[in-house]
Amino acid sequence: MVEQARKLLEKRLGSAAELENLRQSILSKRDPNRTCISVCGGTGCRASGAEAVVDALIDEIERRELQINVELKETGCHGFCERGPVVVIRPKRIFYQRVKPEDIPEIISETVLNGKIIERLLYEDPVTKEKITYEPDVPFYKKQTRTIFGANGEIDPTNIEDYIAIGGYSALSKVLFKMSPDKVVKEVKNSGLRGRGGGGFPTGRKWETCRDAEGDAKYVICNADEGDPGSYQDRSLLEGNPHSVLEGMIIGAYAIGSHKGYIYVRNEYPLAVRHARIAIEQAMDYGLLGEDILGSGLDFTVTINKGGGAFVCGESSALMASLEGKIGEPKAKYVHMSEKGLWDNPSLLNNVKTWANVPLIINKGAKWYSRIGTAGSKGTMIFSLVGKINNTGLVEVPMGITLREMIYDIGGGIPNGKKFKAVQTGGPSGGCLPEKYLDTPVDFDELTRLGSMMGSGGMIVMDEDTCMVDIARYFIEFLKGESCGKCVPCREGLNRMSEVLNRITRGKGEREDLKLLEDIAGVLKDGALCALGQTAANPVLSTLHYFEDEYIAHIDKKKCPAGVCRELIQYSIDPEKCEGCLRCSRECPTGSISGEKRQPHTINQGLCIKCGACYDICKFGAVIKR
Amino acid sequence: MDLVLDFPRVKAIVETYTEKVDSIIDSYADKKEQLISLLQDVQAEFNYLPQDVLIRISQKLDIPVSQVFSVATFFRAFSLKPRGRHLLTVCLGTACHVRGGQRLVDKIERDYRIKPGETTEDMKFTLETVNCLGCCALGPVVVVDGKYESQMNAEKLDRVIRGCK
Repeated sequence: MVEQARKLLEKRLGSAAELENLRQSILSKRDPNRTCISVCGGTGCRASGAEAVVDALIDEIERRELQINVELKETGCHGFCERGPVVVIRPKRIFYQRVKPEDIPEIISETVLNGKIIERLLYEDPVTKEKITYEPDVPFYKKQTRTIFGANGEIDPTNIEDYIAIGGYSALSKVLFKMSPDKVVKEVKNSGLRGRGGGGFPTGRKWETCRDAEGDAKYVICNADEGDPGSYQDRSLLEGNPHSVLEGMIIGAYAIGSHKGYIYVRNEYPLAVRHARIAIEQAMDYGLLGEDILGSGLDFTVTINKGGGAFVCGESSALMASLEGKIGEPKAKYVHMSEKGLWDNPSLLNNVKTWANVPLIINKGAKWYSRIGTAGSKGTMIFSLVGKINNTGLVEVPMGITLREMIYDIGGGIPNGKKFKAVQTGGPSGGCLPEKYLDTPVDFDELTRLGSMMGSGGMIVMDEDTCMVDIARYFIEFLKGESCGKCVPCREGLNRMSEVLNRITRGKGEREDLKLLEDIAGVLKDGALCALGQTAANPVLSTLHYFEDEYIAHIDKKKCPAGVCRELIQYSIDPEKCEGCLRCSRECPTGSISGEKRQPHTINQGLCIKCGACYDICKFGAVIKR
Repeated sequence: MDLVLDFPRVKAIVETYTEKVDSIIDSYADKKEQLISLLQDVQAEFNYLPQDVLIRISQKLDIPVSQVFSVATFFRAFSLKPRGRHLLTVCLGTACHVRGGQRLVDKIERDYRIKPGETTEDMKFTLETVNCLGCCALGPVVVVDGKYESQMNAEKLDRVIRGCK
């Protein structure tokens, strides 16, 4: 016990100089030329088997007694989830993808010990077929500007010294000893940073309001209730670099005069919760959280609260209600939460990414920051590029990049030679943009102008096989399930829209339904209580606007052009292509496929429930869907 | 009024679990506002939220039963019904949706005659859906007892489910 307490006291940093000394001492013990194998340990790569790769590496390094020469690091998400598990060997940054435990002995004996590259583990450019050896040369990374996300691949998120080694907490030390709270607020304001969670509200203004507001206590809150389906950048940041988020929050606390912070994180993100918890404990041990931070006199603690799986809790007033132990119902915001939020006290709520931007702005200055991006949207944005796209993953790019650059240059285009149809941005509050807007520069204002929004940075790419009416129906169903039910326009409006859309996708829709959808959408926009309700109709309005022909095909011709809506399609077997392998007939749950071995099969349409099992399983492409 | 004792069945369960339940509740004695975390801990212990435990929470922490129930029923992470030995969670995030996540739900519904939120009669499987797990590169994703299964299709799903004892 005494020994433990003594160690803790030793770690505790009492001044800015002690932090710098620690940083120098960490760096002096580290050899930048030492081989370091970093394995992505984000949720994505873990699901692809990264943990087994790490275990194999530990075994092999021990077996060959290489512990002194080779460092093994399990880092946060590198972003290129499609190619996981990802292994990067520093200092050269050799990039191996889709690594399996079986590959490890060879990686150690060939690459680590003999400097030879293993061709089969390299990334191959799908267009040029060129093998790429080094991480920065991979096209997916080449066009990115990874100012916020870059450290993810370098540091072990469970080791605070890794973060300190790359300059961590220097921004905090700068504000505590060299800047007044007013100056901090001014710097954030001048940077032009806008909220990264959805609305894009100017962050500095929010800070200023909260600083000026009066209350017994003030709270700093990190919104990690990343509810938009298809977005996971907040999770990856909190998993991969939790200290950057904490540092931002402590700076925020200093700026507005707060002593208590909360991280509200989704319950579905167990690894993010664990890493945030470890980061808080370590920051406490090092005197970067708790009482008298770095000897400056600032007291600030952070608690983690896990959400209960409600999308609406990403909305500020609902989130705060949930923090108070109540159900997550939004309030009418006649007064901003920054003035009267948690327990009616001024509360500064920002998204994970917004917080992570703060140390950067402080360190490099508002002027430097505001040079990145467009006139109205400064800095970089992390997007999740998902759906029907070759290079699925997280990308960080300057605001103002075009959708085309993002989808084709970074994302590598659409798989299987299919045609691009739409990109959905902004989650359930956003919309679907068609091909003609691919050259639009992406920023807050442009996306809103086109009827979508930036949201949390989700970008779901859709190809010709995606039915836009079904997508509208999907989002409305999602929102219907997630509506908290407090206000009538949202609760009833979404139910009615869901009925209409289900009718259309079943081939029972009428032309008047389109007008009805627009009418209900208008009521939602004008009458719903919170921003989630007010924007809930966006997926319908944008698809109606840009893909009206698909709605009409469902209504007039009773056809689903993309072949998705079950009631409007029919499966059949092409006798020319069918090899008679019996697999589909075995898989068919209703026994509707008949045929002898090596003879073409047929589908009994009366029995077929259109589950698509035969379509998925056929190796010869003989099942036709239309 | 001691609500718990009104129900003989409930009483039996409470007696079995009182100690464990009380120790969880007591750890939140001065943190009433962390009701959601408390319920999460209870659910982690019992796999669901037994009604009598909710009543016990209300009594011990002096929170109205109505508030405990409103929170327990508002958030989708909570189940008021016992769940099966194996939990099948199908991701229905947008990326999984466009890659056919719903068809996997349909298949489980068909094969095991359970809808999302329901449990098979033999208490073996519970089917749930989730709005996004953030493994969009690997979709469609199904989580079986906490293990992420990526790029699922009907055949793979069968194999994984057959592996559940």
